[in-house]
Amino acid sequence: MRIRRAGSLWIVASTAFLAAAPFFLSTYWILILTEILTMSLFAMSFNLLFGYTGLLSFGQAGIFGAGGYLAVLSLLHGPSSLWGAFAAALAGSALISLVIGWFCVRRDEIYFAILTLGFGMMLFTVAHNWRSLTGGSDGLGGFTLPPLDLFVWRGSLADPRHFYFLVLAVALIGAILLYRMVNSPFGLMLRSIRENTQRLSFVGADVRAVRLCAFVVAGTLAGIAGVLFAFFNRIASPEMLHWAFSGKAVLMTILGGSGVLLGPAVGAAIFFVLEHVITAYTTNWMVFLGAILIVLVLAFPRGVLGSLLDLVQRYRGRPRS
Amino acid sequence: MEAFFANLLNGLSWGMLLFLISMGLTTVFGVMGVLNFAHGSLFMLGAYLCLQFVRWTGSFWIGLILGPPLVAALSVLIERFLLRPLYGRDVSLQLLLTFGLMLFLDDGVRLIWGAAYHVVNPPEVLSGSVALFSRSYPLYRLFLVILGPIVGIGLWAFFTYTLWGKLLRAAATDRQMAEIVGVRVPVLFTAVFAFGAWLAAVGGALAAPHQSVGPAMGERIIIESFIVVVIGGMGSFPGAFVGALVLGLLHSFGTTFFPQLQMALPYILLAVILLIRPRGLFGAES
Repeated sequence: MRIRRAGSLWIVASTAFLAAAPFFLSTYWILILTEILTMSLFAMSFNLLFGYTGLLSFGQAGIFGAGGYLAVLSLLHGPSSLWGAFAAALAGSALISLVIGWFCVRRDEIYFAILTLGFGMMLFTVAHNWRSLTGGSDGLGGFTLPPLDLFVWRGSLADPRHFYFLVLAVALIGAILLYRMVNSPFGLMLRSIRENTQRLSFVGADVRAVRLCAFVVAGTLAGIAGVLFAFFNRIASPEMLHWAFSGKAVLMTILGGSGVLLGPAVGAAIFFVLEHVITAYTTNWMVFLGAILIVLVLAFPRGVLGSLLDLVQRYRGRPRS
Repeated sequence: MEAFFANLLNGLSWGMLLFLISMGLTTVFGVMGVLNFAHGSLFMLGAYLCLQFVRWTGSFWIGLILGPPLVAALSVLIERFLLRPLYGRDVSLQLLLTFGLMLFLDDGVRLIWGAAYHVVNPPEVLSGSVALFSRSYPLYRLFLVILGPIVGIGLWAFFTYTLWGKLLRAAATDRQMAEIVGVRVPVLFTAVFAFGAWLAAVGGALAAPHQSVGPAMGERIIIESFIVVVIGGMGSFPGAFVGALVLGLLHSFGTTFFPQLQMALPYILLAVILLIRPRGLFGAES
């Protein structure tokens, strides 16, 4: 019980820090925090599949990018409404992940990884080659970000601090949603799929349907993260859909720890801080990232947050379930 | 007709390079159960080492002969110290480790040789072109097209008739049983991994005069060879051969007839095949 209390204390403290950050941090750091939060949401959506359901998706970026493009397209061709753009991306990425998921959840492990990679790259090709709609390799920009309309309060999103609060709110909602989900009976089913697919189907569960459900939720959240990413950069670009971008979500998750809900968020933070520290010395920071990933996989497969929690547990003399 | 033959030749020569690298990938997967993300990086390393030897000695053949064993030696270390601790653990961990290795090697190459693209000239004997059907074709591409099947048959003979080949197949079929009858499986695994890396590096060295040598070449070919291996059936040699040819031809004919779709064609093919035949064209149903 004490551990749980200590844990929630940490969460409350860091949420308070994030909420108060715009009042004492410089704009530079606010921008970095915005990026971290956006990628946290993306990586957490990936981890619902990887950490909880045992499905390694290398196509998550495809849906992430599709969300970004849909939101920008809705702003360019539709009403200039922020909520309209979010709604378009939400519906679109849910639909896309329903279609892709329907095919992919039939396969396990490596086949799932390759299939999702394939579908993600099909989406990449659409974004890259359909020049008249998506602007091709230049990306799709040139839109004006509508003001944030909260009915009681309106503010321009051109202000990085306003934009930060929007991202923080969306990321928090996403995290709470995922928390409720993985701690529900449905979340238990996801974990049992990870542990033993056969046994779960023996007790009568429809493994495909459960997986598909997780795939759609993960895809929708990834799409929303993609909207934030495209809005933040003022452009939706094909790189957002490339499998290498999915690799980023994978990296962040492993860095932070795939067994913990907030692991990917911690991983995203470490990723950006490392990037800033290392790129100050060399542009070839992927060498270091690769080396770090190798060491983590070999020595700390539970990631930074996961290993820290293990350490705390051991210190308190309680075995983790 | 001429365009058809040009496409055919381009497709076949690219297909043969794909075949070489897919053979290593599928062997390593078939025997060890490891899908090696860094396999494309080993291919790239083969090309860069060839480039380096050409710079030092001026001879492509020296690069082709000396480069691949160096890559194989490196992969012995990789297998022994990085992969071995992960056997028997989650498959995803192996995939992630090789993914990290890929990032490391790809950027490491950029660190050593720079981000620019380099050109390696074909050896004197194979430079120039030949006239076929009233058009001239680069001789080097023809050489690749002829070399591919020879290597394929050689490997097939190796796996079918030699003791080592039989040991490998035994370990691939049933690792435990092979261990019980006294096969030193850990040594075998190291050998298989090194062999796969050697094949990839040979492919890379052969690719050096065929395309420009740059840091992105590994990333590109690894995805295509994943598709080849999955389409053909993981661990299947005939599958790798057919898959590589299909993908090579799809590449060249797709560029001519469906330029807009060409990039997506391999992925569409992948999805269709996996839905119709989940284990690939030549894969054994489990």
